[in-house]
Amino acid sequence: MAKKRLVLTFPPEVVERPVVALMVKEFDVITNILRAEIHEGEVGRMLVEMEGPGKRLNEGVKHLEDQGVQVEEAIKDIELDESLCTSCGACTAVCLPRALKVGAPGWELDLDKDRCILCGFCVDACPLQLITVKF
Amino acid sequence: MAKTYEEINQRIKNGEAVVLTAEEMTELVKSEGAKKAAQKVDVVTTGTFGPMCSSGAFLNFGHSDPPMKLTKVWLNDVPVYGDVAAVDVYIGATAVSENEGMSYGGAHLIQDFVEGKWIKLHSTSHGTDCYPRREIETWVNKDTVNQAFLFNPRNAYQNYACATNGSESTIYTYMGVLLPNYGNATYCSAGQLNPLLNDPFYRTIGIGTRILLGGATGYVAWQGTQHKPSVERLPNGTPVSPAGTLALIGDLKKMDSRFLRGARFVRYGVSLYVGVGIPIPILDEEMAAFTGVSDGEIETNIFDYSQPARSRDSLGRVNYGQLRSGSIEIKGKEVLAAPISSYKVARDIAETLKGWIKAGDFLLSEPVELLPSEGTLNTLDVRDEEGI
Repeated sequence: MAKKRLVLTFPPEVVERPVVALMVKEFDVITNILRAEIHEGEVGRMLVEMEGPGKRLNEGVKHLEDQGVQVEEAIKDIELDESLCTSCGACTAVCLPRALKVGAPGWELDLDKDRCILCGFCVDACPLQLITVKF
Repeated sequence: MAKTYEEINQRIKNGEAVVLTAEEMTELVKSEGAKKAAQKVDVVTTGTFGPMCSSGAFLNFGHSDPPMKLTKVWLNDVPVYGDVAAVDVYIGATAVSENEGMSYGGAHLIQDFVEGKWIKLHSTSHGTDCYPRREIETWVNKDTVNQAFLFNPRNAYQNYACATNGSESTIYTYMGVLLPNYGNATYCSAGQLNPLLNDPFYRTIGIGTRILLGGATGYVAWQGTQHKPSVERLPNGTPVSPAGTLALIGDLKKMDSRFLRGARFVRYGVSLYVGVGIPIPILDEEMAAFTGVSDGEIETNIFDYSQPARSRDSLGRVNYGQLRSGSIEIKGKEVLAAPISSYKVARDIAETLKGWIKAGDFLLSEPVELLPSEGTLNTLDVRDEEGI
């Protein structure tokens, strides 16, 4: 089984079509929508986590691209400047998925990108303005 | 057998002093008891690194030719206070840039100054016969100015509240972003590492105590504003609400931005993260017991910061061991608990100070005067001229 975190960008005409449902039905790919910004008549963006047999996942992604959906890997979308971070913990206060944590024994800020849903709450919460999230 | 400052300092000079951080002392006292710990240990170092809004710096620029009485003053477009003689200026940490908004303020200015950056100075004045100049625009930095000292009216709070939000919308506070319906809770204390929590009755930390401030040597100058010793305390002496505070002073030119950082709390304002480290002499068994306090033995109250009142109702008590676990209970609900002050940097500061003392580079100073051990606070009530 393969798992990918992807950012899907939909041109306005594709927003109408149930591309995500198709992934599940036609390609056996389980799709978890983490965040979506979809507005009628505008470019839509969606952060998804897709899990399925590797070959089917790749076929599904190709299908999405053939449909006009832009597909990008999501891994680089949150960045934290560790050299300036003081591990104050203010960002962890708003991280509901617990991707950002401080705890024993080291009390150093830890970012688990797999848990991050790119909500961007931490960007505002960081008192030193060290976090950027691109979604 | 009680020890004196002189004896402890002599041992420091001889390289014989036994120095522990407050965390290490806590372990020692738990395992061997306060009496044994008092015999073994000479100094316990404490540390804290958190947002301390009541901070600022005095700068003297020297005189221009012709001279000018700086009246309205801006540094990097941040308004600073000029009405102190001709060329003395006070940068308040919470001042906000006229152009950048809360992203840049007095605290960021202080950090930039410490980092040696060039800073734009703009000032206007009505002019006087002896200070004829009426406007100046120039650049200054830490090498061009005369004295520059950090002078913070209220730092190193002895305990602080735990904040949460029971309303239906997110609120933006100096305790961070508080999510609705008790979505999270924040706290701001180094707990078992905090200086005054390790000397709860101010026996050794007083006026003239030599400290580590912003990464350089500094001193306790005075009681801090809102210093409030007369509060409810646990049997171990620690207050269960914000109590003592310190006014601190030090040479800004010698400080390090690792321990002095400009910060902004979104939709609240600007603040300065200040690193403070204070050594505590283990004069007797009582001091050993005090410095042996652990996070689980220090408590605070939880308040709903959406409540728009000076005196908020407590939603319950919680100790710092519980807070550090990352989750506490509020009204039967499990709530995410997070710090906004850095335990890691507090630890680094305590370790750094321990290193300096062990190396013989830092002697303890006995306070020339102790902080008040009693006192409560007044409030700002609205009164009109007829009523006074």
